[in-house]
Amino acid sequence: MALDFLLKQNILTVVADGDLRDYDNQEQLKAVLQSLKKADKLCFNAENLQKWDSSLAAAFYQIIIKAKQKNIKIDTSALPDDLQNLVALALAVDRKPKSNDNKKLSFLENLGESGLQIFDGVKKSWAFLADTTKSLGRFFTGRAVLRRVDFEFALADCGYKAVGIVSLVSFMVGLILAFVGALQLKMFGAQIYIASLVAIGMTRIMGAIMAGIIMAGRTGASYAATIGTMQVNEEVDALKTLGLPVTDFLVLPRMLSLIITMPFLTMWADIMGMIGGATVAILMLDISAPQYWIYSLKAFQLANFLVGIFHGFMYGIIISCCGCYYGINCGRNADSVGWATTKAVVSSIVIMIVATGILTSILEALGI
Amino acid sequence: MIKDNVKIKAEGLNIAYGSNVLMHNLNFEIKNGDIFIIMGGSGCGKSSLLRLLTGLKSVDEGKIWINGVRFDNADDQQKKKIMQNCGILYQSGALFSSMTLAENVALPLQQYTNYSDALISDLVAFKLALVGLKGYEDFYPAEISGGMKKRAGLARALALDPDILYFDEPSAGLDPVSSKLLDDLILEINKSLGTTIVVITHELSSIFAIGKDAIFLDAETKTISAQGNPKELLKNPPNQKVLHFLSGGKK
Repeated sequence: MALDFLLKQNILTVVADGDLRDYDNQEQLKAVLQSLKKADKLCFNAENLQKWDSSLAAAFYQIIIKAKQKNIKIDTSALPDDLQNLVALALAVDRKPKSNDNKKLSFLENLGESGLQIFDGVKKSWAFLADTTKSLGRFFTGRAVLRRVDFEFALADCGYKAVGIVSLVSFMVGLILAFVGALQLKMFGAQIYIASLVAIGMTRIMGAIMAGIIMAGRTGASYAATIGTMQVNEEVDALKTLGLPVTDFLVLPRMLSLIITMPFLTMWADIMGMIGGATVAILMLDISAPQYWIYSLKAFQLANFLVGIFHGFMYGIIISCCGCYYGINCGRNADSVGWATTKAVVSSIVIMIVATGILTSILEALGI
Repeated sequence: MIKDNVKIKAEGLNIAYGSNVLMHNLNFEIKNGDIFIIMGGSGCGKSSLLRLLTGLKSVDEGKIWINGVRFDNADDQQKKKIMQNCGILYQSGALFSSMTLAENVALPLQQYTNYSDALISDLVAFKLALVGLKGYEDFYPAEISGGMKKRAGLARALALDPDILYFDEPSAGLDPVSSKLLDDLILEINKSLGTTIVVITHELSSIFAIGKDAIFLDAETKTISAQGNPKELLKNPPNQKVLHFLSGGKK
C-alpha cells in the first residue's frame, strides 16, 4: 500500500500499489523526484493499484513535470485510463505566458529594473503634475470641465464633515503638549508658561501637522480609493474615451476643496489645541482662564500663525495630489485599490514631513 | 492608401506588455457599416486590441487609421476629435456611479454640443428609451441590474450619434435572454443608424447572430489565424483551431 520506485538500467519505474487515496507521503515523493536525476526514461506500474484519488494524480503530475523539465522520456501507458486522462488534462493546459518575467534576475539587472521603475514613476508624476497645473490654468480661465455638484460634495467632505475628528485629535494633542510641558515647568514654578508653549507650538506647526495627518488618513485615502475604484470599473477609461480631461473631472474638485479647507482646518486645530492646553492648565495647574488667555495672547505671533496656515495650504496640495495620483495610476483589481490607498497615505505623510523640514530650514534662514 | 469604404484599418499592429508579446503583426480592415467581431479565447489580447483602437494604450509598433486619418501617432487633440465619433460600451457599463442615468447620458452632450438644456433632456430621454430604459432617468447605476447598466452604457455611447461603436464583451455576465436582447439592439442600431460596430467577444451565439465579418486571434501563434464571415468560417474553417473554437469545442 505505497508508492515505490525502481531504477534499473536508467529506467525509473514508479510503482503504485494498493489503496492510495489521500496520498500524502512527501518523503517518498521527494525520493522519487531525486531518483529522476539518474533516469533516462520514466515508466509507471499500476498493476496492483486498487483505489486512488486526485492526491495521487497530483503526485504523478509533479513527477511528470519534473521529468519533462529534465527531458526524460515518459511512458504513462501502464496507468489506469482515467488516471492517465486526468494527468494529461492537467498537463495540456499551460497558460503561463512564455515571457522572461519569471527569470531570476542578476543583481545588476535588478538594479537596472528598479532604476527604470523609479524613472517611470518620476515620468508619471511629472505628467500628472503637468496635467494638474493645466487643469488649474483652465479653471482660472473658466474653461475647466468641473461639475459644481462634485466640487460641493468634495468641499463638504473635507470641510465641515472633517471638523469633528480634527477637533478631537487637536484637543488631545494640545492637552498632551500642556501635560508633558507642565511636568517640567512645574519644577521651576513656571507653569504659567504652559499657555505660551501650547500657543506657539500649535499655531506655528502642530495644528497644521495634526490637521494634515488626519486629512491624509481620512480624505487622501478616500480620494485614492474612490478614483482607484473608478479605474477598476473602467469609469476612468470612459472619461478618457469621451474626451473629458480626467484631471479636470476627478482631481480639480478634490484639490480645490482641500486647498480651500485645509487652512481653515489648521486654524480650527490651533484653537482646539489651545483649548486642550487650557483644560490641563485650569484643571491641574490652578491657572485661571483669564490668566491662560492673557499669556496665550502674549505668546501669539501673527508670523507663527501665518506660517501654520501656509503649512496647511501646502499640505492640502500634497494630500490631494498624492490621493488623486495613486487613484489614477491604480491597477485594475481590488488589491490595487488597497495598494493605492496605502501608498497615498504613506506618501502624503512622508512628503508632508519632508516639505515641513525644508520649509522650516528656509524660514529659519529667513529669520521668520 | 485607404479605400473609401474602410472605416478602420490596422497594419502590422503589435500588442505587448513589456517583454510579454500578446499579438504581433495584426492586419485587418473594418468596412463602413459592418459589424466586425474580434474573437478568440480568454487572455488572447482582444480587450488589449480594443484599448489600442480607442487610444487607451499607446501603439508600440504598427499603424491604425480611423476614417482615413492616422490614429496611432495623432496628438491628443486629434485623438480627442476622432474619438468624438466613436462610442464605447465597456464590459461593466462603466457608468459614473455618482451620476444618475440621465446625467451619464447627458455628459457627452453637455461637453461637446451647444444644445439647450431642454434639447439635451429630450435627447437623453430618447437615447434611454432607445435602449429600453424609459423611465429610469433618475436611477443611479447601483439601483439597476447588470443588463440595464450595459444598456445605459450603450445609451451614453450613442449620445453623440457616433460613426463607430465599440463593444467590449457585451454579453459578459448577462443571462441568455438579456444577451439576445442586446444582440438585437446591436443589429437594430447597425441597420437603422448605419453605425460601424466592432464587437470584442467570445460568445458564440452573439458571434453568429450579429457578426458580418470577423478576425480570430490565436493565442498560440500570437496573430490572426482566420478572417471572414463567422458562419462561412464555420463552414470552411481555415484551420482546426478556428473550427474547434467556432464549434464550441465539439469538433
